[in-house]
Amino acid sequence: MSALATDCLCKNFLGVQALRELSIEFAEGQCTGLIGPNGSGKSTLLHVASGLVPMSDGAIILSKQRLHCIKPHQILKYGMSRTFQDGRLIGQMSVLDNLLLAMAERKPFRALFQFRKNEDLARAEEMLRRVSLWDKKDVLANGLSYGQRKLLEITRAMATGADTYLLDEPFSGLFPEAIEIIAGLIEDMKKKGKTIVLIEHSMDLITRLCDHVIVMDAGKLLAQGKPQEVLHNADVLEAYLGK
Amino acid sequence: MDYLINLSILFSIYGILAISLNLLIGYTGLVSLAQAAFYGIGAYAAALLMTKAHMGFFPAMLCGMGLSACAALVIGMVLSKFRGDYYMIASAGCTMIVYNVLMSWREVTNGAIGIFGVPRPAIGDFVFTSNLAFLGLAAAFLVLVMLAAHLIASSSFGRVLKTIREDEDVARIFGYRPLHYKMLIFVISAMMASMAGSLFAVYLMFIDPSTFKLVENVFLLAIIILGGLADNRGALLGTLILIGLPELLRFTGFPTEIAAQMQKVIYGLLLIVLMFLRPQGILGKFRI
Ligand SMILES: Nc1ncnc2c1ncn2[C@@H]1O[C@H](COP(=O)(O)OP(=O)(O)O)[C@@H](O)[C@H]1O
Ligand SMILES: [Mg+2]
Repeated sequence: MSALATDCLCKNFLGVQALRELSIEFAEGQCTGLIGPNGSGKSTLLHVASGLVPMSDGAIILSKQRLHCIKPHQILKYGMSRTFQDGRLIGQMSVLDNLLLAMAERKPFRALFQFRKNEDLARAEEMLRRVSLWDKKDVLANGLSYGQRKLLEITRAMATGADTYLLDEPFSGLFPEAIEIIAGLIEDMKKKGKTIVLIEHSMDLITRLCDHVIVMDAGKLLAQGKPQEVLHNADVLEAYLGK
Repeated sequence: MDYLINLSILFSIYGILAISLNLLIGYTGLVSLAQAAFYGIGAYAAALLMTKAHMGFFPAMLCGMGLSACAALVIGMVLSKFRGDYYMIASAGCTMIVYNVLMSWREVTNGAIGIFGVPRPAIGDFVFTSNLAFLGLAAAFLVLVMLAAHLIASSSFGRVLKTIREDEDVARIFGYRPLHYKMLIFVISAMMASMAGSLFAVYLMFIDPSTFKLVENVFLLAIIILGGLADNRGALLGTLILIGLPELLRFTGFPTEIAAQMQKVIYGLLLIVLMFLRPQGILGKFRI
């Protein structure tokens, strides 16, 4: 069973074919690594799958439905949450509010009459303590260090309680301590049976965390399989090293 | 003494307007110049219903708020097609349309001459004739609006507004529909401005379209930028300064005409200096 799949998915930006007839599947309950050189279309795939960028052609299959148009506000209903490569925290809002955003009432009229709920606060405290951000809960997200922002970004996605997580380079630019924390979070999600799509460049982390790897190059599927097999595949080495 | 009371009444009315606009600009990032339109609708609704239909003040004010809410639904829908500078320009257009309707629909609004003899509000046999009594009423409404704005800002709804202000896509990804939120806050804010308009009409007991011109929006904008965006106390502080300052100038001994010109120059200078020193305003939590 796949949690998320694409069928002949194409995305053209003016003159650039970022995705070319891409047909891939992300298996339910697995952590799938999504790798490929810079500009190979990994982030674009996540943007299209989360509805932020419209697809040019093809389809996305979510919860057994073929979709040609995805609205971003609906992806959570399909059980999907995501992080952003460039980090998209609400900078002028506190750490705690950034996290509560992922838990609070969605309907406007009800939201008007909802104040911080104790059970949400308890869950937020637990999650923030896990990433050592509880004592920063009232700091504006702008005031966090790069590493702390990355930690909050993934924690916020997890706070939705979704089943599928699209993680766009959650480890990039981090110190080993923070990498360990995030790797731990991902391992926990796997234990809970969550589906994870992990974009990452470090082969060590891919081998450690992923059950399956998909390699993209120039918007196309280049190779896929178990991490050890794929990482020794000649085509993959060539794409990465440009031999 | 009566002078101070009059000033406090103006402060209450402009305080309501400033708080209502701050919900849009400060919290949601919608730089709307349509606020004077709803202020005008509220004022004319109260004045007309009270003089022509002999309605009481409170039902007339509620009708005005209802009318403003409907107008806000339409205007809000139209404005939702615009972003940034275009939003500002389009919203300014709304104020100009309402102003022109007030000017030219003479059979109803009496055009540029305005409406005279608007009665003061009454509860049972008690009429708010004295300015002191009226101040009590205006202040009560101000407190009510402050309370509402505070609750909105600290609710889950307020958190979504701040999110929309910075990054609508993130709001969407987390399951919110920005359009619905923007429409609702636009309507709420319009109803508050309408309330201020109704109070203004019965306070002066006379209104004409000149109060509801485009520049009124600029004055309101100056108030909340000065006091601080996304902070309700800031909106009040800005109101206090910009309502109080011209009065202080009166005591400087300059002839009235010169003092009036100086006022405007000082407003301008104050804003420019502030933008250099503290772009988010005195108490502000957000910069545009
Ligand atoms: N908004 C955009 N407009 C135009 N081109 C884009 C846009 N976003 C991405 N691209 C192009 O699409 C290609 C894939 O980019 P991206 O998905 O970010 O790659 P990756 O995440 O794998 O590094 C690149 O050539 C990039 O320049
Ligand atoms: Mg990328």
